[in-house]
Amino acid sequence: MSGVDLAVELCGLRLRNPFVLAAGILGTTAPLLERVARAGMGAVTSKSCGPTPRAGHPNPTVIPCEGGLLNAVGLANPGAAAMVAILREARTRCAALGVPVIASVFGETAEAFGDVVRTLEAAAPDLYEVNISCPNVAAEFGRPFAADPAEAARVTAIVRAATRRPLIVKLSPNVSDIVAVGRAVVDAGADAINAINTVGPGMAIDIRARAPVLANKAGGLSGPAIKPVAVRCVYELSRALPVPIIGTGGVSSGEDAVEMIMAGATAVGVGSAFQYRGLDVPAALAEEMAAFMREQGFTGVAEMRGLAHD
Amino acid sequence: MTSPYLQGCVRQAEAAGARGITLALDLRLAAQPGQFVMLWLPRMDEKPFSLADGDPVTLTIVSAGPCTARLQHLRVGDPVYLRGPLGHGFSLAAERPLLVAGGAGAAPLAFLTRRLREAGRPVTVALGARTADDLLLAERLAGLGARVLVSTDDGTAGTHGLVTELAARLLASNAHDHVYACGPAPMLDGVAALCHEYGVPGEVSREAHMRCGTGICGSCDRGDGLLVCRDGPVFPL
Repeated sequence: MSGVDLAVELCGLRLRNPFVLAAGILGTTAPLLERVARAGMGAVTSKSCGPTPRAGHPNPTVIPCEGGLLNAVGLANPGAAAMVAILREARTRCAALGVPVIASVFGETAEAFGDVVRTLEAAAPDLYEVNISCPNVAAEFGRPFAADPAEAARVTAIVRAATRRPLIVKLSPNVSDIVAVGRAVVDAGADAINAINTVGPGMAIDIRARAPVLANKAGGLSGPAIKPVAVRCVYELSRALPVPIIGTGGVSSGEDAVEMIMAGATAVGVGSAFQYRGLDVPAALAEEMAAFMREQGFTGVAEMRGLAHD
Repeated sequence: MTSPYLQGCVRQAEAAGARGITLALDLRLAAQPGQFVMLWLPRMDEKPFSLADGDPVTLTIVSAGPCTARLQHLRVGDPVYLRGPLGHGFSLAAERPLLVAGGAGAAPLAFLTRRLREAGRPVTVALGARTADDLLLAERLAGLGARVLVSTDDGTAGTHGLVTELAARLLASNAHDHVYACGPAPMLDGVAALCHEYGVPGEVSREAHMRCGTGICGSCDRGDGLLVCRDGPVFPL
């Protein structure tokens, strides 16, 4: 890729390219995180982890639908204590490749977020991602913290007090004013924002079975269908806030990623694209982005950032 | 696309051992032996099953929990919902194959037997189970033209002992150039050791808890970053 440098800086860390494995995709084990890193990701995010083990929802939990995927995995995870070992091993394996590991955390209460982060400190993840925006556990957890600026800020402040490592807060698009939530978490100590978590939730009904397909009935929508929503959210957030943004939502090609960066993103989350393009997707995205940059005469990613703004 | 599921209808239902059922549907899938489908029981669960055949779609389901227990009640005419075929199946590389089945692992090997027989290969199946009640598809395999040798852990049918012991005797005869196996993980570990010992290539079909079935959720990492749903379920040894 002569003449083109894809590296970006995120919260003081160097990423060899802007592509970040989105939480909830393939991040369940250390060997799998390493495999995704080897496939060419700039950073990887582990599956969201809570204080105690959770089985998650019964199947079906992930299904294709028009323009994307619906999922309601229900925050299945082995609990923070078991995650320490996974993250520690993932850090060792990925550090050798120069790929930072982001630990995604959730809690049923604001205090639980702090507990999880204190436990995971033993694994020394490069960054934390605070998942206040899972749309699939409302029946148990109530409204996501991301639905309210004050609640989102409360969680952020509790996690901020639990660690000195960089904090990314992952926001929900399912709010009337995402900038207000973003501003609240930045004021509470977030170093970066990830926008967006899944959209909806949505529902698919099998008309022959006469039943909702997902066992949870509703699930978050991801994939190409949500990219315009993500681009708009990133655009608004980056105009209003001084922190880097990981633009996540429906990115399936290198040119999609450029669009996210021109909306103002520093890095680009990749998730559902693994469904369509398999484990080769990170290298393909990098190649496609580099081709675009050569064609358009860009030499670095930062030159494209926010170009869509007035 | 309103739903990812194909709707089929049960055309034949017959008992498989004491706790199982073999269902033939009115669906055909262009599938390889070893590939699987996700079978959906609306409002309850969805589980992976290796195809016991693709044409017509045939599934052997042993009762092992609430969902598989409910599936035992399916009768001719009932609707069935599935998506697939998914994953990678067996190669058809063998000249003189030995198939090693443990319990419900007989299902994909029945499909494989049909394809190997159609290709003119002599097929030997070491068919194992814990007890005579757990033996599956022996008649089907014999009907497809396989030589079927039975063993049970408790000696209630065939040879008394583990199916890997039976397989070891067959491999010792030097009559086989390839092993295909499906069954519980300890049995597959035993088969892997045998293939190594006798210097025979092998392929094993592994079981795992699955969610997406398409390689993105990470639920079925077999321990080394390989996904049973997308990289497997059939893995070369």
